[in-house]
Amino acid sequence: MTAINGPSLRDISRIGHQMIADIVVPNSKVLDVGCDDGELMRLLEETKQVDARGMELLQGQVNKCVARGLAVVQGDADEDLQHYPDAAFDYAIMSQVVQATRDPAQVLEHLLRISERAILSFPNFAHWRNRLQIALKGQMPVTEKLPYSWYDTPNIHFCSIIDFLALCEKLGATTERLIVLDSNGQEVREAASRRWKNLVGEQALIVLRRNHA
Amino acid sequence: MSDLSKSGRSEVHEPSSQVAVFGEDQPLEVDAGTIIAPFQIAYHTYGTLNADASNAILICHALTGDHHVANQHPVTGKPGWWEQMVGPGCPIDTDRFFVISSNVIGGCLGSTGPASTNPTTGEPYGVNLPILTIRDMVRAQAMLVSKLGIDRLFSVIGGSMGGMQVLEWTHTYPDRVFSAIPIATGARHSSQNIAFHEVGRQAIMADPQWHGGNYASHNTIPRKGLAVARMTAHITYLSESALQRKFGRNLQDRDALTFGFDADFQIESYLRHQGMSFVERFDANSYLYMTRAMDYFDMAAEHDGTLAKAFMGVDTRFCVMAFTSDWLFPPEESRAVVHALNAAGARVSYVEIETDKGHDSFLLDVPEMYDAVRGFIASAARAVGLETSR
Repeated sequence: MTAINGPSLRDISRIGHQMIADIVVPNSKVLDVGCDDGELMRLLEETKQVDARGMELLQGQVNKCVARGLAVVQGDADEDLQHYPDAAFDYAIMSQVVQATRDPAQVLEHLLRISERAILSFPNFAHWRNRLQIALKGQMPVTEKLPYSWYDTPNIHFCSIIDFLALCEKLGATTERLIVLDSNGQEVREAASRRWKNLVGEQALIVLRRNHA
Repeated sequence: MSDLSKSGRSEVHEPSSQVAVFGEDQPLEVDAGTIIAPFQIAYHTYGTLNADASNAILICHALTGDHHVANQHPVTGKPGWWEQMVGPGCPIDTDRFFVISSNVIGGCLGSTGPASTNPTTGEPYGVNLPILTIRDMVRAQAMLVSKLGIDRLFSVIGGSMGGMQVLEWTHTYPDRVFSAIPIATGARHSSQNIAFHEVGRQAIMADPQWHGGNYASHNTIPRKGLAVARMTAHITYLSESALQRKFGRNLQDRDALTFGFDADFQIESYLRHQGMSFVERFDANSYLYMTRAMDYFDMAAEHDGTLAKAFMGVDTRFCVMAFTSDWLFPPEESRAVVHALNAAGARVSYVEIETDKGHDSFLLDVPEMYDAVRGFIASAARAVGLETSR
C-alpha cells in the first residue's frame, strides 16, 4: 500500500480497534460480532479487562480464536443473534460487518436488544471518491478500500453515513457518538455538518444506545 | 473361550488399575429409584495433584471406551485411546495437571457392572443391575473425585457418551466444574441414535448364547450378537466418504467376486474383524446398559424441554467441539448446546472441525482439536490462577 492512498485496510482495522477500545469502559461485558481472528477481543481483554465473547462466521478464524484462549463461537449474525438473551452485554460490537449482513435492520435490533450499547464501524459508500467513480465512469466503485467487484463483494448492504443514521433513528436508537475518518485516517471535525462528513468520510464509527421503553 | 476374553473377565473383578471401593455406608443412589451398594470404581491417574487440589482434570470415556487413556490396555495390549491428547507436553499436560480417568459404573473394566458379582446372590448381576443413566455415571465419578480429596475439578473432558457426562457434570455439579470440554456429543440422544442402539441390543438378545443375560452361568458369551451390535455401531462412527476413501469396493484377498457370502469386500472383512475383536474385550450386558444410558439422556427433559434452563446460573467455561462429517452427533446437536449456553449467559467457545473422519474423529489425530484443547485449557488455567502451560 502506498502512502498516496492513505492508510491500508490493515491500518484501518487497527485504528478502528483502538478507537473502539478507547470507547469501551473497563471491566464491561462485550460481544464482538464478526470477531475475525480475535484481535479486537484480545486488545479489549488486555487493555480494558473486559469479559469478551465473540461470534465469527468463518470456522477457521473461530478455531484460531479458541486456540488463543478466546471465548468464540461459530455463528452467523443474521441467524444466531436471536439465541442471545436480552441485556446480556454492556456492548455489542460490529467492526466492518454490518454492511455484509442480509438484514442489517434486524441485526441492529438484536444488537440493541442484547446489549446496552452497540458500537459499529462501516465504510461510507457516499465518500466523494465513490461518487466520482459512479458519476464519471458510470460503474460501481472499486477502490483500494473497497476492492471488490459488484458480483463478488461480501458487502451486500452498502450505505452512506446519512443512510445509516436514518435507520438508527427509525429503530429508535440514540446516537451517542459519531466518529468519521477521512481517507487519510484523520478524524473529520466533530462539529462538521453531516452532509460534509458524508462526503469526505471514508469510515464511520458509531455508538448507539438502546432507548429504554 | 480365548485367553483374551479370560483376561478381559479378570479385569472385571481384579482390574490392573486402582480401585475405589464404596461400602454399604456409601451407596450409589441411582435415577432408577434404588441404590447400588457396595460398589467399586476402577480408575487411573496421571500426573500429580497440587497442594490445593486445583489442577485436576477428569476424562470421561465413550460407550465402549475405558479408563486406560494413556497407558497400555491390559486386555488388548494396545496404547491408551487418547495418548496424543494426554501425557507430558500434550494438550492435557500431565506435567501440569492431575488427570483422572475412571471406568463408568455399569462398565466392564473394573467398575461395578453387570459382569460384577452381586453380593446378595454371589452370582453376576447380569441384567439385574438397576438401569443406569448418564447422571448415575457422573454421581459415581463425583464420589470418586471427592474420595481423591478434590472439591472442584479444573476441567472435565470427553467425547460422545463421555461428552454427555461432561454436560451432565455441569448440570448436576455446576460448582464443582471450572471448565468443560464436551466433544462430538449432544444434550440428548436422537431418535436415529436410539434406533441404532436398539438394533445392537436386539442382536445381542437374539443370540441364543445370551441366555436372558445369564450367559456367565452357562460359561459362554453371546459372541455373534455382540459382534453384530459392534459392526452396526461401527458404521455410525465413520462416514460415507471415509469408508469410500478407505475401502471403496476393494476386494479382500481375492481377484474376483466369489458368488458366495464370504467377505468378498474389504469393508466386510474390516467390520467382521471389528466385531470379533470387540467381543474379546467387552461384556455384552454392559453394552446393553451403556446404550440404554445414552438413550435415556435428555438434559432438557426435566426443564420443560428448554435446554437453556439446564444451564442457568452455570459459571463453568465451555469449549464445545464437533466434527463436520459426524452423523451420529452432527454439529447441529452441538450448536443446540451452544445456543442454550449463550441463552443462559454462559462463557462458551464452539469449534467445528472440518474432517471426513466422522464421529470417531475425537479419537483420531486431528491437530485442530489438539490446538483448541490446548488453547482453551491454557486460557482457563490463566483465569483460575494456575501456572499456564508452555
